Amino acid sequence: MSTVSEAFGKARAEDRAALVGYLPAGFPDKSTAIRAALAMAEAGADVIEVGLPYSDPLMDGPVIAEAVYRALRAGTRIADVFDTVQAIAAAGTAVVIMTYWNPVDQYGTDAFARDLMNAGGAGLITPDLTPEEAAPWLEASDKYGLDRIFLVAPSSPEHRIAEITAVCRGFVYAVSLMGITGTRDMVNSGAATLVRRTREHTSLPIAVGLGVSNREQAAEVAGFADGVIVGSAFVRRLSAAPGPDAAVTAVRDLTADLAQGTRRR
Amino acid sequence: MAALEQLTKEYEAARTDPEFTAELADLLTNYAARPTLVTEAKRFGAEYAGGARVLLKREDLAHTGSHKINNVLGQVLLTKRMGKTRVIAETGAGQHGVATATACALLGLDCVVYMGEEDTRRQALNVSRMRMLGAEVVPVKTGTRTLKDAMNDAFRDWVATVDNTHYCIGSVGGPHPFPMMVRDFQRVIGIEARQQVLDATGRLPDAVVACVGGGSNAIGVFHAFIPDEGVRLIGCEAGGDGDGRPERTAATLTLGLPGVLHGMRTYVLQDDEGQTLDTHSISAGLDYPGVGPEHSWLKDTGRAEYRSVSDAEAMAGFAALCKTEGIIPALESSHAVAGAITLGRELGPDALILVNLSGRGDKDVATASAYFGV
Repeated sequence: MSTVSEAFGKARAEDRAALVGYLPAGFPDKSTAIRAALAMAEAGADVIEVGLPYSDPLMDGPVIAEAVYRALRAGTRIADVFDTVQAIAAAGTAVVIMTYWNPVDQYGTDAFARDLMNAGGAGLITPDLTPEEAAPWLEASDKYGLDRIFLVAPSSPEHRIAEITAVCRGFVYAVSLMGITGTRDMVNSGAATLVRRTREHTSLPIAVGLGVSNREQAAEVAGFADGVIVGSAFVRRLSAAPGPDAAVTAVRDLTADLAQGTRRR
Repeated sequence: MAALEQLTKEYEAARTDPEFTAELADLLTNYAARPTLVTEAKRFGAEYAGGARVLLKREDLAHTGSHKINNVLGQVLLTKRMGKTRVIAETGAGQHGVATATACALLGLDCVVYMGEEDTRRQALNVSRMRMLGAEVVPVKTGTRTLKDAMNDAFRDWVATVDNTHYCIGSVGGPHPFPMMVRDFQRVIGIEARQQVLDATGRLPDAVVACVGGGSNAIGVFHAFIPDEGVRLIGCEAGGDGDGRPERTAATLTLGLPGVLHGMRTYVLQDDEGQTLDTHSISAGLDYPGVGPEHSWLKDTGRAEYRSVSDAEAMAGFAALCKTEGIIPALESSHAVAGAITLGRELGPDALILVNLSGRGDKDVATASAYFGV
């Protein structure tokens, strides 16, 4: 059982939703990102999602797009992402990488999976990889025992949800609305419907992302999903902080607040 | 994915629906001014292209001033067929944006065009044209602020608005079915040109030359000639400022590596970790780090050749065509003109070369004036 599965299992045993927090590696700089991730884990995040900065982040809105652009301009490399994963895993927290596919493709899918495993990472979230194009990743993730998290969306028809959930491992990422990250301040009512539809195809935990930025929304999502994914709200705080210490504190405070929200029921 | 599945289905139905094809054919003839002419460039051939016989396929004479209208009329009709009311587009040089704004005005659809902020500055005339036509132009301030970033923002819009919006991609790139569909709508260029060359000269050309950014005009003119094995197909990519580093060009097929960008597997200008490189070209319409996947296939199979043409060579081609033929070409098309100069000198006076003159250069007069200091 992966560290991600254990984290979801622990949350379930405590009758709450798991909190999944996203941060891009290398933003605002490498060491601050690592400190922020560790603070996130200490303050109650169950799984950390480390973003691999990519030049063309199609699923991300301006907040995350600007942050990863700055991380890349500052010279962030894939080795830095693995270092970040290693630091989080060493602290005993479940950690996955969220990456667009081209960097993995160029690195070599098998080599990427091997190095992710060696860093202690549990798996990948792949927003722009479709199951029909995923054969090399399915093989590598089996070989190295890694989780693979694909996304389902409100527009996904039943056959699509079935195909996607069939190849997922660890959890399923349910996109709460049609759109990109960081642009909504409310959770779409379609999210609950999507989670219900997805449950008919899988017994994996289902985590909901997009549109969650505060405790009330976390509580709302925790009412119907197994996990609450928060990204842009953290990145917004990192961007707004006057310095590294303030950035880490802001992330810690938001995590604690969101973690309160996930303790519903 | 659901939107792409819907689009694939609707397009498959439309392409074989006599009513749809008749409506498109009528618009191409009576609105877009097709067939466009083939003009022999006698002085240009004699003075610049080694005496070769050079024929120009005059897409610059199509309504809105470039080949882009061919594809847009097809996609906008498809939008109406799908019952959608809003069209979005990305644009580099602004020619696809102008064509989209035009077709939306004609058919009564809302239109939003994403354009890199850098490009809104260097193609200001086209920004004004789009606004006159009733479109909203959104300057894109993310990333490198050029064509690829405009495409990123158009995709971001589309995932949130697919219910009422069609994304009218302007080139033969993006996820399936776009490369195939846009190719189909642009094939008319080559179908017309092949017959026109035969009628005018009694034979097929030795080579067909076109500029390649995303590659829609090139695939459009090449496609009808693919079975004609004796006809060389030559794509001219933007070689940029001549510095030699890939990031100072937009020469994707010459200098790129296979990868994934904008939902397609194709050649991409990228670094060793798969990050898309910044690109450079004097022509905004070629300033793109990917290329339509069918061009990658034509390259890999050896059926087409791709060459890099520098900014300086393109500007020399621009000036030559202006002065010998009284035709001001777009900077994009000037890369093909420059390719014909080189090729004509290689092949000599017996050669017959067809150049796809994909657009007119009114939009580029400010850039050219600054370049030549006139």
